[in-house]
Amino acid sequence: MLLGGGVALAFLWAPEDGDQGISQRIFYIHVPVALTAYACFGWGAWKALRHLWTREERYDLESYTAIHQGTIFGLLTLVTGSIWARASWGVWWTWGERQLVLFLILFLFYSAYFMLRYSVDEGPGRANLSAVYALFGVALIPVSFLAIRLAEGFIHPTVFTRDGPQMTGTMFTAFLVCLAGVLALAAALYTNELTGKRLDGRLRELRELLS
Amino acid sequence: MSAGEKYVAAAYVVVLVAVLAYVAIIAAKLARFERELAELTELARSSRPDEAQPRRTLSVG
Repeated sequence: MLLGGGVALAFLWAPEDGDQGISQRIFYIHVPVALTAYACFGWGAWKALRHLWTREERYDLESYTAIHQGTIFGLLTLVTGSIWARASWGVWWTWGERQLVLFLILFLFYSAYFMLRYSVDEGPGRANLSAVYALFGVALIPVSFLAIRLAEGFIHPTVFTRDGPQMTGTMFTAFLVCLAGVLALAAALYTNELTGKRLDGRLRELRELLS
Repeated sequence: MSAGEKYVAAAYVVVLVAVLAYVAIIAAKLARFERELAELTELARSSRPDEAQPRRTLSVG
């Protein structure tokens, strides 16, 4: 509902951008999805750290679920960003943009997490290895996030600068509602997936006990 | 519909489709859990035949 409200505000209340026109409205879904992907990866790294600290099995599952969510949102970021690039710049992808390339590297890094995880037998060893990998990945987040500010000749727009958001108040409000909506959606999906995985584990345990 | 509007619609539709696909996967998983739980309940009942029968009331004394 929050996300639906945010999208309604983005289309009905926020004014059309004078420079980019209608295609700027992709911003209201693309940027919240990208920030949510960062949040999921960050949450996964935090849970990985908790796992390494306490060696509790549940943190491994929580870290894995958060990274899974982050990868889904990361893929959506790449797809929506690509559509926006095509609409605004006339190309689906450009290798000259550090922001895009770094986000792709981040996405591929976390995609490789699953290959690593499923190439090792289940147990404490796999949990520790996954946790260390998740922690390494989190270092890429600030680099990816700040890349746009470090870049010299870029065409990717910089909306959030030291002077504040470079948009009108209504645009910023619509953006914040969309961001809250996407974060709430991610939290709901995370809780559902985690509950499902725990239930799956319990059912497997029960089956072993009964057979 | 202009080209810009088509791109905007495509971006939002991609996110919507992804969320719907995710919800469909969760629904399929829930259905599988329900089936498995029913199987396990049946297995638990069959492994304890005494418990499956209704208890008889015996007069004492």
